[in-house]
Amino acid sequence: MRKGLQQRSKGDYIMDAVILVVMLLVIIATLFPFLNVLATAFNKSSDSIKGGIGIFPRVPTLDNFKELGRYPLLFQGALISFLRTLIGTAASLFSTCMLAYVLSRRDFMFRRFFTAVFLFTMYIDSGIIPSFMVIRAFGLNNTFWVYIIPGIISAYNLILVRSFIDQLPYSLQESAFLDGANDLTMFFRIVMPLCPPVIATVGLFYAVGQWNSWFDTYLFAPFNEQITTLQYELMKILQQSQAQSGGANLGQAARIAQANTISPLSIRMAVTVITVTPIIIVYPFVQKYFVTGLTLGAVKS
Amino acid sequence: MEKNAKSKRLRLTKASFPERLYRQRYLLLMSVPFLIWVLLFNYLPLLGWTMAFQDFKLKGDVFQSFFAADWVGIKHFVALLEDILSKGRFYLALRNTLGMSFYMMVFGFVTPIIFALMINEIRSMYFKRITQTISYLPHFISWVVAAGMISVMLSTEGPINELLENLGLIEKRIPFLAQEKLFWGIMTFSEIWKELGWNAIIFLAAITGVDPGLYESADLDGANRLQKIWHITLPCIMPVITVILIMNVGWLISVGFEKQMLLGSDITRNYSEVLDVYAIKYGIGQSRYSFGTAIGMFKSVVSIILVLGANLIARKTGETSIV
Repeated sequence: MRKGLQQRSKGDYIMDAVILVVMLLVIIATLFPFLNVLATAFNKSSDSIKGGIGIFPRVPTLDNFKELGRYPLLFQGALISFLRTLIGTAASLFSTCMLAYVLSRRDFMFRRFFTAVFLFTMYIDSGIIPSFMVIRAFGLNNTFWVYIIPGIISAYNLILVRSFIDQLPYSLQESAFLDGANDLTMFFRIVMPLCPPVIATVGLFYAVGQWNSWFDTYLFAPFNEQITTLQYELMKILQQSQAQSGGANLGQAARIAQANTISPLSIRMAVTVITVTPIIIVYPFVQKYFVTGLTLGAVKS
Repeated sequence: MEKNAKSKRLRLTKASFPERLYRQRYLLLMSVPFLIWVLLFNYLPLLGWTMAFQDFKLKGDVFQSFFAADWVGIKHFVALLEDILSKGRFYLALRNTLGMSFYMMVFGFVTPIIFALMINEIRSMYFKRITQTISYLPHFISWVVAAGMISVMLSTEGPINELLENLGLIEKRIPFLAQEKLFWGIMTFSEIWKELGWNAIIFLAAITGVDPGLYESADLDGANRLQKIWHITLPCIMPVITVILIMNVGWLISVGFEKQMLLGSDITRNYSEVLDVYAIKYGIGQSRYSFGTAIGMFKSVVSIILVLGANLIARKTGETSIV
């Protein structure tokens, strides 16, 4: 103890230095791959093969992005990804909020039962094949709706919204009830207008999830170019190079891409840049909502 | 408020069941469609587990195929058991799943806690916020993009090989992703790279909840920063750590499959194939649906046992429980 007291300022100094170094390493390790991808995407393709690109392009060019015109599926994919993000987020948000409101109503007759039914889905997973069969059985495969309907509500987000509504003053609803409002007006006019913080958080969770998914396309519409997604197209292009270097896992996808020509590294990185750009652009603005949302959930659970 | 809710409930219990249904018709309208949805998309697949006891062949309509399929009892589970005994592909997939999970449990669980503690010790608010913002970023990109970045970083022409070469640590460039022995480590590192900051949020939130008075009295006792972390911060966030640990144990058998699927290849198959990938390849790729279902079912049952077991242990030792 005594020793600690004497050396306190020195220990403090060392500790600050250690933390600073570790944090700088984390920052570099996190950012370097992003900057490297960016630099490679703006670097002349024939030069990139030599390797050795850091965070700045060696031979700057925009050609790689112009080359992307040769991949028409990328544009179709971007369109579908955009649509599924828009429609999927709206549908999920609406459904999640509505259900969360009902489950937050203490007088709702099936409250416990319904809540249990939804919560249980967090703990048990039926596995990929049974879900695959059910979705096929309903004829959702090869349709756009396979992106929207099977995952319309996530139990985790449902809890987030419900705990938010739970901590709103109940008296508001009571006075509206006395004024003759029914449950629908109560939800739309009283509760929803108070929910923007949690709507922002949960909406962003859903939006990022929609924009980033590729596996549903792989599973349910691998050959349907009408509803291909940007992430799936990127995956196909990236896997081609893996297929060359020793048999990719996703051989099926690589095959449909007819990988006799492998896209050069710089082209692949250009597609990657296109795919992440929307996230990077909105990220600084929405970051605080993610964190508040998660902390809200953490405190509650 | 509680009293009010109670009186409302009392009033409701007096009403007959149909009357109550009618009174809450809007609430029912707003929730029953979703109940039907969850039954169809989450509970019907559970019934689909019965496929594991069939020789299910998909011919046209799924339901018709189901009712037309032959029942074969526990044939597929016997096959799984035999595979384990003969150390076949299922055995390898199970070993890889547990191996990678174990790595994640150890390294992926400790690092966010350390990271959160460190962030909390940063004095400059500005630097703190920047570090946090940057560290959350990889969480928001897809595994497709992350896997693309990782394979570029680890390629023979990539920056890591270059760095190691320049430092004189290696003589010949290493194709990291073609080294099966390195695969588990690469997966663990990738997961930590992507989720470190994000997983630290919950611990940071817990740390901010610690009573500042405790630190003040520790200051009076002459405790240094490390001592305060060890004797105050860590014990105070222990309940949160326990809850997260229990949840991680439940996920011990579900390490995810996207990164393994995207970064694994035939060369590294013996170390990269996890249960989900195996189920997808066999179950869907080769239309052995019943066998694939058996794998999924095995996985879920193990997962439930693990979570209940961990919960029981936590409850016995007097810490928090989640179920």
